[in-house]
Amino acid sequence: MAAPLPSPTHETEQIAGASGSVEKPWQTIVWNDPVNLMSYVTYVFRKLFGYDQDKATKLMLDVHHKGRATVSSGSRDKVEGDVAKLQAAGLWATMRQ
Amino acid sequence: MNGWRRTGRGTKLRLVGIFDQQEAVLLRGLIGQVRTMLTERVADVPADELAELTGIRSGHTRPPEDPVLARLLPDFHRDDAELAAMLRAAREPELLDAKTEAADVVLATCPPEGGRAELTVAQADSWLSALNDVRLALGTTLGVTEDMPDETPEDETLAAHLSVYHWLTFVQDALVQTRATAL
Repeated sequence: MAAPLPSPTHETEQIAGASGSVEKPWQTIVWNDPVNLMSYVTYVFRKLFGYDQDKATKLMLDVHHKGRATVSSGSRDKVEGDVAKLQAAGLWATMRQ
Repeated sequence: MNGWRRTGRGTKLRLVGIFDQQEAVLLRGLIGQVRTMLTERVADVPADELAELTGIRSGHTRPPEDPVLARLLPDFHRDDAELAAMLRAAREPELLDAKTEAADVVLATCPPEGGRAELTVAQADSWLSALNDVRLALGTTLGVTEDMPDETPEDETLAAHLSVYHWLTFVQDALVQTRATAL
């Protein structure tokens, strides 16, 4: 199972599409990779998302122990951008709705 | 290389590491190998007449067959193959650019004969990405797993490669620790 979202308000957040219709938010998932350093993964979460040390560490530990964690959510464009930034940094990131 | 230290403050902040010649040659060689793989992937993109007309770049739709490149360039979606192909075509070119540029920063700032690498925080972030890519590449080749035993394998070649991997881990981890204090 995926880790709980950082903030419960995000979980039920509805994003209004361009047509005015409401679509389910997308989620950015980071998967565990045995090569990636715990210190580096925490650092990337802090730098890319502005999370504080505690939140970034908790997400990193979720990735490490549970195999994956949801690290951000929002519109498809936003999440697609987040996945691209995480992959550029070398993390194993994917998206899902 | 005994780790990284900070010097200066604000816009003058630099992260400084000293490499001996052997270390510099090793690091630059590995970074160069990964960079070559990335540029070959770019050159390998099937010609797209529409892209040539519109100027909008389109990348591969299929993941790389090479396991190292596949590790560096995972699918954006795990279950929806059609969406994954579309996102790869849209996003892979910029990812290849970002990874190649990060490698270029290391090659530009790590003296070929060894010596002092003096990095801005932005350059340090490029180093972190490039070091991670090289560790992913080496880790894929060596089959690094979570519960890899600490003892040195008997195979001498494998042992040498593993010691390089562990050295890269040290260089990256030390740089993360120093860089993170400037967040």
